[in-house]
Amino acid sequence: MNESKNIDYLTCLFKSLPAQSNGSLSQDTLPEDQKLWLKRLRAQAIDKAGQLKWPTVKDEEWRFTDISPLTRLPFKPAKAGHVPGLSETQPLFIEETVNRLVFIDGFFAPELSSIADENQLIIGNLDTLATRHAHTVSTHLGQYVQSQQNLFTALNTAFLHDGAVVVVPQNTVVDQPVHLLFIATQAETTHYPRSLIVGEANSQMTVVEDYVALQADNGAYITNSVAEFKLAANAQIQHIRLQRENVNAFHLANCAVSLDYASRYQAVNVAMGAKISRFNLDISFKEEAAECVIDGLALITDEQLADTHTCIDHLKPNCTSNQQHKCIADGKAHAVFNGKIIVRPNAQKTNSSQSSRNLLLSNEAQIDTKPQLEIFADDVKCAHGATVGQLDKEEVFYLKSRGLSELAARNLLTYAFGAEILNSIPVASLKHTLEQTVLNQTRSC
Amino acid sequence: MKNENNQILLDVQNLYASTQDTEILKGINLTVKRGEIHAVMGLNGSGKSTFAKVLAGHPDYTVTQGKIQFEQQDLLALPPEERAQAGVFLAFQYPIEIPGVANSQFLRLAYNTIQSKRGTDELDPLEFDDFVRGKMKLLEMNPDFLDRSVNEGFSGGEKKRNEILQMALLEPKLGVLDETDSGLDIDALKIVAKGVNHLSTEQNAMILITHYQRLLDHIVPDYVHVMEAGRIIKTGGKELALELEKHGYDWLHGDRQNNAGISA
Ligand SMILES: Nc1ncnc2c1ncn2[C@@H]1O[C@H](COP(=O)(O)OP(=O)(O)OP(=O)(O)O)[C@@H](O)[C@H]1O
Ligand SMILES: [Mg+2]
Repeated sequence: MNESKNIDYLTCLFKSLPAQSNGSLSQDTLPEDQKLWLKRLRAQAIDKAGQLKWPTVKDEEWRFTDISPLTRLPFKPAKAGHVPGLSETQPLFIEETVNRLVFIDGFFAPELSSIADENQLIIGNLDTLATRHAHTVSTHLGQYVQSQQNLFTALNTAFLHDGAVVVVPQNTVVDQPVHLLFIATQAETTHYPRSLIVGEANSQMTVVEDYVALQADNGAYITNSVAEFKLAANAQIQHIRLQRENVNAFHLANCAVSLDYASRYQAVNVAMGAKISRFNLDISFKEEAAECVIDGLALITDEQLADTHTCIDHLKPNCTSNQQHKCIADGKAHAVFNGKIIVRPNAQKTNSSQSSRNLLLSNEAQIDTKPQLEIFADDVKCAHGATVGQLDKEEVFYLKSRGLSELAARNLLTYAFGAEILNSIPVASLKHTLEQTVLNQTRSC
Repeated sequence: MKNENNQILLDVQNLYASTQDTEILKGINLTVKRGEIHAVMGLNGSGKSTFAKVLAGHPDYTVTQGKIQFEQQDLLALPPEERAQAGVFLAFQYPIEIPGVANSQFLRLAYNTIQSKRGTDELDPLEFDDFVRGKMKLLEMNPDFLDRSVNEGFSGGEKKRNEILQMALLEPKLGVLDETDSGLDIDALKIVAKGVNHLSTEQNAMILITHYQRLLDHIVPDYVHVMEAGRIIKTGGKELALELEKHGYDWLHGDRQNNAGISA
């Protein structure tokens, strides 16, 4: 890793900061101090980002994922540009959805968005809501995500100019899934999508956080995204996260989830796109009796790299976490899964399970999986297991003995392996779309 | 039914096969004509399943000598899927489980693949559903098995019935049933036997691998073969199975010399 090159990329980013701070957030007519908290948040992040070093493969957390190629890309923050038409974007919409926030290269696109439940929820773009609901938004924004040691969350906050905000008030049940659609259109730029999702006491909602490129083969770009989830007592959130960037993209993402008493967080994370992707998911059990169910699938081929790092932190007693992660790597792809589970000394009666199952479809593909259990309490149940394997020879033969070609047999088995994760997606049309995508992807290999 | 004028469907000549340098099949000769039902019996480990899997093209086994002609074409030259498409079907002794693949999806894919190779119409999911339910009724199978993963969590007998269901759907020219009767309760045995009899015509043939006469009470074979150490050491009519039931395999060794090499 070349130090001077790191400096190039970061200098290039920091140079664009002044332009950013004159961006959309301060161009409003409201009194300056209405958004003072946000400016402070950003200023702190700018300071922090200046102190943090670019991670290299020498850092334990980045051992398998070499992001040095990014340092050679002087991709400035994207500016608001052309907004694609409905005809191009509509195929990406989810049938069941009535609330949809669309961002083009990180910029809110009201003409593509749809907000149906404005009087029931706080929903909209950060730029608008940071003043209209300054108190609520400032209470939560930046409070859950770790930016002390994380350069990319610090950079995301430093360049924060807009984002998606959904706050479900107490005792409110949102029936239809809320779709947060982040569309990349500009090559050679960096995008900073940001989401804040809050479920107040006893609320329920489903959120789809979706990263997609408009053209499958447009140039390289960097997505640096941050999402924060806060679940108050007894709140329930189902979160589906889809990473289907184009194959030249770099996707660096952080998601932080904070769980209060008896709340329930269920997530399905699917990573299929990007040349290099890194997804950090941090879940904190802040109060007792909460539960999380995390399913993950990385399906990659060619020279893609998909790295998922999760950390489930049991800070309080009586919480349950169930995690299942699968990687399918074909071609020369490289998948990484690092699943850390921390059980703190007083987190007695923790019940935690983790399974990492991985499928190698070619001799040149690589999968690194590492369960990492740090257990400091004695009265706990923790089960974990990791396997890396190939398609079962007997299963392939069984299917062929019924007339299926080698390719059809392998595709069906690969699909079945991944479908187990897709089956837990609670949005029918989305599940169907993804199943088709996976079928097509496996068909082409 | 045996009919001297029927065409030869399968002709196995001097077949040798090994796995990992161990020779398992040591010179099998067997001729099967259309319309015939053959039973293959023999001690555990004598090579019956190996023979069945070699017919189906299992990659674990290498044929080192001999020929297999199926409808006058060289069966050994075909990969497993083309053997299936040509009309060879093996009901496995131990059908494997395939988690995550819905039985209905698998059955339809197999059915449509075979249909398209035969140049006949494929069925869409709804049409296929009607069709497969009809076949299941014949085998008195609960339609719930369609929604489950292939064989996953099926009882031993349920797996065997699922194999026969596949045979009923694919309508092979040669059905090789490897101990389909083992693990079936008495009622299920009758149902499966009825199904097999129903499927058996003048145009196709069956090879039943079994240890028990009770299957042959329901599906009456034209020939009974006894395998030992990778060869067919004796061939007779249906009464041979009754004799074996009465006297055990040891009884054969007395007059083995006289019978070796005889085939149907
Ligand atoms: N893949 C294999 N690797 C090693 N040995 C094998 C393999 N397959 C078969 N054998 C051996 O070959 C011999 C014949 O096995 P096979 O399964 O054909 O017997 P079988 O006649 O079907 O017996 P059973 O009546 O118990 O089903 C056995 O000794 C078995 O252990
Ligand atoms: Mg056997």
